[in-house]
Amino acid sequence: MERLLKIAVIGAGVVGSLIARQLTRYRCEIHVFEKEEDVGWGVTKANSAVIHGGYDDLPGTVRARFCAKGNKMYAALSEELGFELNRIGSFVLAQKPEDFSYLETLRKQAIENGLTGCAILPAQKVREMEPYVADSILGGFWCPTAGITEPWMVAIGAVENAVKNGAHLHLSEAVTGFITDEGPRGRRIAAVKTDRSEYPIDIVINASGLYADELSELAGASCPPLHPRKGEYLLLDKFDPPLVRSVLFPIPSAISKGILVLPTVDGGLLLGPTATDLPKGEKQETRTTREGLSETLSSARTLVPTLDPQWTVKSFAGLRPESPQKDFVIGKTEIDGFVQAAAMRSPGLTAAPAVAEHIVEEVLIRECGYAFERNDRFTPVNPPYENVSRLSLTEWEKRIEEDPLYGKMACVCNKVTEGDIRDAVRRGATTVDGVKFRTRASFGRCQGGFCLAKIAEILARESGRSLGEIKMRSGKTEILRGMVRE
Amino acid sequence: MKEMTTDTLVIGGGAAGMAAAVECAERGCRTILVEREEYIGGVLNQCIHNGFGLHVFKEELTGPEYAQLFKSQIRQKGVETRSDLFVVKVDAKRREVVTMGKNGCAIYRPQALIMTTGARERPFNSLRIPGTRPAGIYTAGVAQRFVNLHNRLPGERAFVLGSGDIGLIMARRLTLEGMTVLGVAELMPHPGGLARNISQCLHDFNIPLYLSTSVVEVHGRERLEGITLAKFDPVTLQRLPGTDETIACDTLILSVGLLPQNELIESFVETDPVNRGVKVDSFMRTTHPWVFAAGNNVGVYDLVDFVTLDGKIAGQSAAKMVHDGFLPEKRVPLARTENISTLIPSLCCLEGNPFTIYFRSKKTMKKARISIGPGLFETIRMGIKPSEMVDIPFTVKHMEKLKQLGLSKIEVSLKEVL
Repeated sequence: MERLLKIAVIGAGVVGSLIARQLTRYRCEIHVFEKEEDVGWGVTKANSAVIHGGYDDLPGTVRARFCAKGNKMYAALSEELGFELNRIGSFVLAQKPEDFSYLETLRKQAIENGLTGCAILPAQKVREMEPYVADSILGGFWCPTAGITEPWMVAIGAVENAVKNGAHLHLSEAVTGFITDEGPRGRRIAAVKTDRSEYPIDIVINASGLYADELSELAGASCPPLHPRKGEYLLLDKFDPPLVRSVLFPIPSAISKGILVLPTVDGGLLLGPTATDLPKGEKQETRTTREGLSETLSSARTLVPTLDPQWTVKSFAGLRPESPQKDFVIGKTEIDGFVQAAAMRSPGLTAAPAVAEHIVEEVLIRECGYAFERNDRFTPVNPPYENVSRLSLTEWEKRIEEDPLYGKMACVCNKVTEGDIRDAVRRGATTVDGVKFRTRASFGRCQGGFCLAKIAEILARESGRSLGEIKMRSGKTEILRGMVRE
Repeated sequence: MKEMTTDTLVIGGGAAGMAAAVECAERGCRTILVEREEYIGGVLNQCIHNGFGLHVFKEELTGPEYAQLFKSQIRQKGVETRSDLFVVKVDAKRREVVTMGKNGCAIYRPQALIMTTGARERPFNSLRIPGTRPAGIYTAGVAQRFVNLHNRLPGERAFVLGSGDIGLIMARRLTLEGMTVLGVAELMPHPGGLARNISQCLHDFNIPLYLSTSVVEVHGRERLEGITLAKFDPVTLQRLPGTDETIACDTLILSVGLLPQNELIESFVETDPVNRGVKVDSFMRTTHPWVFAAGNNVGVYDLVDFVTLDGKIAGQSAAKMVHDGFLPEKRVPLARTENISTLIPSLCCLEGNPFTIYFRSKKTMKKARISIGPGLFETIRMGIKPSEMVDIPFTVKHMEKLKQLGLSKIEVSLKEVL
């Protein structure tokens, strides 16, 4: 019997998930290791969710190369994997006359990076498109191909599709080390050790986000040091009609793209992120701070002055990996079979599909010379997560005829039925957050006030657990801790 | 898809909706009561403590008992209840209500619509309190539901943020069920809940109440591990430096206010910015002639009895509108003066039945003069507190006088008598 190459993808974020899925186009044995209980819970879950146009990455950088291409790939990807992508366009807004020279730089870079349709628009035109921007806005650089998505749904869609095409998903399983041996091309990967077991492995794809440098060190591969950069966000309530229609950027600072104001795919408004560099060791430091949240609000208000903190639905913080080079680290290393997909800072989400394709087609097949056979049974399509309340009344009724649970509303803010939640649980949600990210139940203005108990009950019912065993997310996050009466 | 006409449709089967539906049916209207949960009764179903009904029934009842009295009447009077039914849309132009439930879609065309959709709890996540986002933080209503309906305790050591009534009730309830309740913090210099609840739920159980204090940070990455409290200036509400204190706890219960819910109608009826609920007149009619409203979606009441009484008025008015085809149109707005926050109703009709003006004071006053007018009437009340609504009966005689005086607005004024 022929021996298939065994590949370990470490990390089921957007990058790892898309690489795993790309690998399933070929015949190989794929193992995706994720230390969290669900997919997309690291860097993927708490970022701006923007599919960037690709105009602000300096031509010649790895970022520029993958960002513009990734943006284009998202169209087909969202169709295939069933996640939402809204190309709402983006503005970089000028507030001082001297800002226009920066807008001009962007315009030239856009052309160099292969973008079309970008333009510098005068204040009047900006205001026609975005009536609530500040009076001080003098004009803006418009990029029509920028968009928004739900990054965790990209990861969930990609992982589900990869699993359907034969990949093995190992959730709640952390990689703890590697075994290397001497091969024809020097030190090479022989096995991956996890907190549960040991797997003979030929190729490791390191897509472990904030931990990519630590894992590289364990394997003896070089990787620039990564430190977390914290971004704090405020999520505001929905407005009808929407207050902001496109992604609004300020003129960037030396270290980041600045604090944005943008709609979310479900109609809310997101403000952020701040950019606080943390020491290397603080990879779980996602606390929000008073200073960070007030900076988020005040900076966002320089773009849209009417933003009211009373509309806050949630505040949160996310970490993104940053390296001294401020660029992605992609490709093979001195350890044979150890491949980096690391330091995926902004615009990592946008670049991810292009990086995934590059890792498999260029790095593994061309550069490393692995001989893969095509997987003839590969199917690219993953059914989208349905929300029956968004169907027409007649179609919604048909679903209720099939199953009355589609007629029972669980989350009233985001209109998610018990049927939709049950389906999400059957597809892989094991926790309240797992349900939240897949269905948007409890994502709305009541933040679970009406639906937390219902979600927990459905989780318990579907998984044969008691309510007391239902968790918010990974770790010791049980929502309840005892009985009133035994 | 079913389509049907009815005389009155009531959306929301809580205290206000049940009272309104009973009044409509009693007056011969075909009445349909729509409820999104499995059972009517609203939040009363999980309020197993007593203290309800002193005004309406002149006795102390538990929430379920209070609700049961209305549930019986609903059956007797022939109100048609539709539970597990979700309202998708209220279409004011076509005067239609689109609903979806286990039996599919139904479109109702009522002659009068009564909105009794209540309030929701302000969630912790909306407060922008810095720190981690651990499990173990619940609004009092959610905790109450877990304890009273699901037989589950949220944790072992709880702290309560906000001194609203339901938070005070839960401080006692969790203590009775064996949890340690470490204290209640209130940002304002005065409690948010009723004096009787401060006494019966906190003092009787030695639970400390920290006024001018709030939670400034939460700790714990997985489950809640602790909170940091700080003192706030009672006047400026600014945090006082050097007053931080960290307390270990695994549960934080929130009782930081209720927000009226009017998502279905707020695009076509006016809302009062202070009450945060829909504007109603003394007939409990909104600014749209087809729509009536009562209860916590109009403004946040502190007693279910008051909600019931206004629900009754809404039901009576809707029935009158169905029978007569109209209601008197002449209305005079009620206006706040400086010490008044919540004020219900927003408009006073020149004809019709007597009603009650409800308002909340912004300040604590030992003795206060309440003047309605100018020139209508005055009354003296003792022990005015922001947490306790003041109810002022407005009689038919007052209406007559209002017509004689020809006032263009009615000022509600509250002044401390020293």
